[in-house]
Amino acid sequence: MNINTTKIISLLFFIFSAFYLYTAYQIQVFAFDENAPFNARTFPIYLGYAGLFFSGLKLILPDQNTIKVEHKNLEYKKTGILILIAIIYGATILKVGYFLTTSLFLFASYYFLGERRWILMFILSFPFVAVFMYLLHGVLNIYLRDPFLQSIGVMG
Amino acid sequence: MIEGILIGLTTALTFQNILMVMVGCFFGTIIGMLPGLGPMTAIALMIPITYGFEPATGLILMAGVYYGAVFGGSTSSILLNAPGVPGTVATSFDGYPMAQQGKAGKALAIAAWSSFAGGTLSAIYLLFMAPSLSKVSLSFRSPDYFALMILGLTAIAAFSSKGQFLKAMMMVVLGLMLASVGQDSLSDITRFTFNNMNLTDGISFVLVVMATFAMSEALTIILKRNDPTSATKQVSLTELGSIKINKEERAKMYKTIPRSSVIGFLIGVLPGAGATIASFLAYGMERNVVNDEEKEKFGKGSVNGLSAPETANNAACSGSFVPMLTLGIPGSGTTAVMLGALLGFGVQPGPRLYMTNPEIFWSIIMSMYIGMVILLILNLPLIPYIARILAVPKNYLIPLILFFSVTGIYVMSFNNFDIYLMIGIAVVATYLRLYDFPMPPLILAFVLGGLMEENLRRSLLLSDGSWTFLWDRALTACILTTTILIVAWQIYKTMFQKK
Repeated sequence: MNINTTKIISLLFFIFSAFYLYTAYQIQVFAFDENAPFNARTFPIYLGYAGLFFSGLKLILPDQNTIKVEHKNLEYKKTGILILIAIIYGATILKVGYFLTTSLFLFASYYFLGERRWILMFILSFPFVAVFMYLLHGVLNIYLRDPFLQSIGVMG
Repeated sequence: MIEGILIGLTTALTFQNILMVMVGCFFGTIIGMLPGLGPMTAIALMIPITYGFEPATGLILMAGVYYGAVFGGSTSSILLNAPGVPGTVATSFDGYPMAQQGKAGKALAIAAWSSFAGGTLSAIYLLFMAPSLSKVSLSFRSPDYFALMILGLTAIAAFSSKGQFLKAMMMVVLGLMLASVGQDSLSDITRFTFNNMNLTDGISFVLVVMATFAMSEALTIILKRNDPTSATKQVSLTELGSIKINKEERAKMYKTIPRSSVIGFLIGVLPGAGATIASFLAYGMERNVVNDEEKEKFGKGSVNGLSAPETANNAACSGSFVPMLTLGIPGSGTTAVMLGALLGFGVQPGPRLYMTNPEIFWSIIMSMYIGMVILLILNLPLIPYIARILAVPKNYLIPLILFFSVTGIYVMSFNNFDIYLMIGIAVVATYLRLYDFPMPPLILAFVLGGLMEENLRRSLLLSDGSWTFLWDRALTACILTTTILIVAWQIYKTMFQKK
């Protein structure tokens, strides 16, 4: 059997399915439901076995189309930075507010992706978010939480 | 019947009503393009406004919003690979690759024409078959629905590219597993939440679709930026915005549209099935009926592959009005909201509506149709401008896609955990995509997971735990036999096909 990344992913999925199946058996059901034809754990148990079956087949059957990824051509650093910025964005959006965090997220993302046209970067972050926010909050009446704008009295 | 149609037309074609439908189409398109805000939300947002109008005017405004939102959803699927609603997921399979090849305008035009044709044909089916189809739709039982969903999931796994059936089935199972997180719908017992309150309500569709499509697409573009094999060709703005469909492409659409409209309409008539299953099944069926040369183009920007789900999606939307208007049973979330609006206007849908108040019945049908016509007239000239979104440099487009994805989740839940979960799923999906694990089966499985469990529950409870329900009814047995044949054929191909 040829070991490649697809097989390793299949093996991980096999282990994940085994864990899912174990957890499915641990689901607490009501006493009167224990022997019912269908209870809260029935469907997940079938899913666990299905996961084991398909990933098991993928593991043992020959791979027709082996996928080769040239890792040296991939931009892991920039992608990682972008994910990190997105995580920081997610962590601050509720506390700081939609307007400031979103604008800073956009501005930082443009910068880390290599953009240096400052005026365009500014227009496509702060004023852009303000217009978008007005459309959602002002026109469509969709609530957007923003403690920062509330603290400076811009938003009610 | 003719008299009813004429009364419906007269009502729909007044100046005020045409103006309403235009306003509705415009706002519907904008709302539909925003992730997380689909036709259902768009109509719900309009309900308080429509109560100030006459019932017909209010319904006409909602019709415009409805079709506008459906078109808006297709637009974000095609341009950004960000389907905001399940019904437009299949549109992105070929619409997005086509847009990436610099044919965004053409892809949007094909989608617009296919939607229009699908809606037109289904309106004709509706004229002749509404009362009789409502009886057929009621004959579908839980085992049939369960079998139909298994068939839908198997079909989508089967039409994934060559040699990927097992990968696709793994994604189907993963999608169903994700759908099982949260409270059990009947007993309220929490499952797979690991005592995390944020997971009690389950994982939202918008979160999963944004993570696996929009966000992971954006991350993949950045990841493969320097990969010489994934370099995209430069196209001019004129080419990008061109809506010209050539003779050969038109010929393909002429064949695809009628068959996809039939399948879309029939699936739409079944309560609970709706536009999602219709669009996936139409896509799968289309791939099976075209020749081998065309089959190879599926997933890479096929005209048939784009036209089929768009036609079926719209045909199903019209079809879903059959059970709502003739039986008073809403077949989908959107029709449920529409039903609420109708009741608010004092219109009681049901068998008596068609018999005693045909003018109301036909006003609704005609207003839906007028909405579609106006949408086509309004949006076709705008396509060249909308398509230019893709001319935005990647340095700007990628952060904007991420921003739309996060906003979609933020406005829904105001919860940091959902944003982290979305980023986590997007990272895993990006890695899986590198090794050609297809995402569409995961999404369809996620959408159908709850319904599938519900129908299996009913079937097993009714048969007292016996699995004989799978072959007791001829219809169930037929659907399942087709499924087994597809699975056996795919496994046989995987085992014995030469490299």
